[in-house]
Amino acid sequence: MKKKLVSMFLALALAASLVGCGDGNEGAGDGDTAQEGADSADDAGASEGSFKIGGIGPITGNTALYGKAVQNGAQIAVDEINAAGGINGYQISYKFEDDQNDAEKSVNAYNSLKDWGMQLLMGTVTTTPCVAVAPETANDNMYLLTPSASSTDVIEADNAFQVCFTDPNQGKASAEYIAEKKLATKVAIIYNSSSVYSSGIEASFKKEAETRGLEIVADEAFTDDSSTDFSTQLQKAQSAGAELVFLPFYYTEASIVLTQADTMGYDPIFFGVDGMDGILGVENFNTELAEGVMLLTPFAADSDDEMTKAFVAKYQEKYNEIPIQFAADAYDAIYIMKAALEKAGATPDMSASDICDAMKVAMTEISCTGLTSAGSEMTWEANGEVSKAPMAVVIKDGVYVAAE
Amino acid sequence: MKKTTRDHLITFGLVVVVYLIVQLLIATGNMSSLMQGLLVPMCTYSIVAIGLNLCVGYLGELSIGHAGFMCVGAFSGAVVSKLLSETVTNGILLFVIALAVGTLMAALCGFLIGIPVLRLRGDYLAIVTLAFGEIIKNIINVLYIGKDSQGFHFSLSNPIEIEEEGLWLINGAKGIAKITHLSSFTIGVVLILISLFVVYNLVNSRSGRAIMAIRDNRISAESVGINITKYKLMAFTISAAIAGAGGVLYAHNLSTVTATPANFGYNMSIMILVFVVLGGIGSFRGSIIAAVLLTLLPELLRGLSDYRMLIYSIVLIAMMLFNWSPRMKDFRAAHSLKGRFGKKTAKEAE
Repeated sequence: MKKKLVSMFLALALAASLVGCGDGNEGAGDGDTAQEGADSADDAGASEGSFKIGGIGPITGNTALYGKAVQNGAQIAVDEINAAGGINGYQISYKFEDDQNDAEKSVNAYNSLKDWGMQLLMGTVTTTPCVAVAPETANDNMYLLTPSASSTDVIEADNAFQVCFTDPNQGKASAEYIAEKKLATKVAIIYNSSSVYSSGIEASFKKEAETRGLEIVADEAFTDDSSTDFSTQLQKAQSAGAELVFLPFYYTEASIVLTQADTMGYDPIFFGVDGMDGILGVENFNTELAEGVMLLTPFAADSDDEMTKAFVAKYQEKYNEIPIQFAADAYDAIYIMKAALEKAGATPDMSASDICDAMKVAMTEISCTGLTSAGSEMTWEANGEVSKAPMAVVIKDGVYVAAE
Repeated sequence: MKKTTRDHLITFGLVVVVYLIVQLLIATGNMSSLMQGLLVPMCTYSIVAIGLNLCVGYLGELSIGHAGFMCVGAFSGAVVSKLLSETVTNGILLFVIALAVGTLMAALCGFLIGIPVLRLRGDYLAIVTLAFGEIIKNIINVLYIGKDSQGFHFSLSNPIEIEEEGLWLINGAKGIAKITHLSSFTIGVVLILISLFVVYNLVNSRSGRAIMAIRDNRISAESVGINITKYKLMAFTISAAIAGAGGVLYAHNLSTVTATPANFGYNMSIMILVFVVLGGIGSFRGSIIAAVLLTLLPELLRGLSDYRMLIYSIVLIAMMLFNWSPRMKDFRAAHSLKGRFGKKTAKEAE
């Protein structure tokens, strides 16, 4: 009997929490808005009508670094815009939710942002969760601009746009670059087969390399579970006589690859993509080993144009670290939204769906220069893919130098 | 009415009542989108917890590989629904087919794994189930299945080439993408009711009593002529099948499934075990309540932002202590409503 009473009580508590939580969440949301509103000059304006931009990404778990960078980068852009008078005269309310790089949690985060009243989504940061969230946004006709989810599955619906290159484009651009500059003819690839990002780039690189007459002498995979030892893969690349090793994955693993290649006395050209950015900031990594490494990246923190300098200075002041490419992508994303919202003449009293319809048109008409566009202009096709100039840099004396 | 029958009816009644309350809340627009999005995951975890509770509570064997069975159910169900999505247009029918295949595949896996595993006992069995759970996850991570005009392509370990218009069924670690959204809260609740019906009938049947006899004393059970292997396998297979059904529901709620450590690794297995232990080993109703509460909790704590996961663990510890520490049990007994209103029922309590 006692058990029954306890379970009845729990059931009641559950029912109560079901009812209660809707309000509770709104309360929490309002709290955040108020906090951001206080930062901005016009407090009353913020509460009257403000664009509600939501962000989703992993800020806990093992990819937390990327989520944090996006959260912070976007925050800087939001603060700047609010201080400068907002978008079409309206302030931005910005709220970021954690998804732990998990598809299911990401959908939960999206739903909770919807309860907050989100009108535009800047996210999600990582690809797999984004593939799950994108169809939900398509159902609700919610505008989605992802800073860094690069798979083509993400932008399948017409409401989704990307700031970063798609995986196939990155692989293709890398192969083109290597072939055109005649960097090597024998190429080895090491890639992370458990990452959508890495294997996506690998597939398109391989395809393009074949048509460009590059010979792929080794194509070696690793997974997240085996990302600490690369000696086997390097050994194979070395014995196959590869002059260039293509490393389409993130910098943490890349730093290990470089260290192990050095121990083996193997010294080919290492060529990376945007995930390699950040390698100079890896702790306990001898940056001398990265000398001569080439990478295709949209953003270099030590580049000397005014915009990048200002952004890096602000970021360092506020968060005490050097921003990585993800932060720059997010910063650009907020400004892209601003440009498109201004073009569309949107106001915060429009519903999320109306804004989305207006944005679908506006996105194809705008062109932006940002941190991640290497001085050129970014434009969008209706399919959501960004077109911007790729930039290759080479590491010389511990800094990025534009490669000739 | 028999006491057990009444007890079962209360559980069924609770599920139905909660379902009706939720439907009412949705109809009147009082439910947030976050909560609506959580309904199907809550059903999923309740179902898997029911399955595991059969294994832990009635068979008496600790399995920490149930996420593996869930994984089998999720992937095989999703593959089938992807393959048939063009030919079968009725959503419910498509889901039922996927459910049948997913459940059967999970049952088959449970059966095959059960043969070697159930020869072990106690801690050893737990460790081996853990290993099998991880093996399932890792196999799916290197499995490539594609279909194009040439027919089906299979590969383990090496990514295969398929034609441009071909259809990827399982793309290695990228898992399955673009799954049709077929799960709904109603389907979830129906599945919970079916699983409850199955387990209640099993534990109250002759076979169920045989299973419990094995749990309580293996030697005496054997001495009265109970076929140990048969009944153990029966319970383990049904338990795996229910977990597989939960997996099918899980996969069709998201448009993508990947076998990552977070959703099908041992973390998930242990999470399910936590539902079972918190809800009370052997109590299916408790499993459902615990699964629902613990799925809700991290989402309700979103307001705390940075401290969310920290508070979640503290609340989990507090709940475990409140429910199962002997002191708290005494405290609850002394202060329960039952103690005040009905003296006579105190003896029936346990």
